Amino acid sequence: MGTGTGIGRVRGLGSAKSGAHHWVVHRFTAIGNLLLAPWLLVSLVRLPDLGFETVTAWLSSPFSAVAMLLFVVSTFWHLRMGLQVVIEDYVHDEGNKFASLLALNFSVIAAATLAVISILKIAVTGGAA
Amino acid sequence: MARNSNRPLSPHLQIWRWGPAMLISILHRATGTILSIGGGVMLIAWLVALASGQDTYAQFMDCMLADEGNALQVGGLNIIPFIILFGISWAFFQHMGSGIRHLVLDIGAGYELHTNRFWSIAVIVGAAVATIALWALILAR
Repeated sequence: MGTGTGIGRVRGLGSAKSGAHHWVVHRFTAIGNLLLAPWLLVSLVRLPDLGFETVTAWLSSPFSAVAMLLFVVSTFWHLRMGLQVVIEDYVHDEGNKFASLLALNFSVIAAATLAVISILKIAVTGGAA
Repeated sequence: MARNSNRPLSPHLQIWRWGPAMLISILHRATGTILSIGGGVMLIAWLVALASGQDTYAQFMDCMLADEGNALQVGGLNIIPFIILFGISWAFFQHMGSGIRHLVLDIGAGYELHTNRFWSIAVIVGAAVATIALWALILAR
């Protein structure tokens, strides 16, 4: 292993092996979003009103609850990966990058969990407080 | 990292003539960020308000909907929630359009100069038309 040039330092080490995984999962979740986001938009526009009873009745049906859960998982996974790339592109200082990615992961996982618990509660109780 | 400021820099954004392909690329990232933060916060706020019961949901809707006689409203929505939701809906159509464009580029199609330019412009125009059509539909009800 050489020490002079960049290519000399990495030659023979092989690829990181997991580089394509991020790219592929970003596409998988993109296609998931492509199915689920129009479903949510059409469902909301078709509701007669956005009052509490109407929305909880709609969201407590098994089909709506499952589609909404999948929507949250797909979009939050996708946005976590997208914002990670943005951070990696613009935050060059290693310490700041580490802190930004930590904050991103914590906030996305917390937000998605909040959404999942909310959907499950509505699905199980039908909105009754 | 220590940098020698005398070294030449590669030309950056300000030196290129803007074209549809670079505009749509930047819009993809910008709308993705808008959707992540704006769309994410609105979705969570709505779901948590809904799951917290009738009173909390009524408070949430009260922030969204304009009071009777309020001049700063669009179709019953307060002006600020309207601007936020209108922006999120535009970002959604723009990001979905350029996202589909990316999926097509990923299979190796659409790189010919005129094809690339055509679809870049089509996505930008299509997203604007879809946003206006959606709000025309909502406000007509």
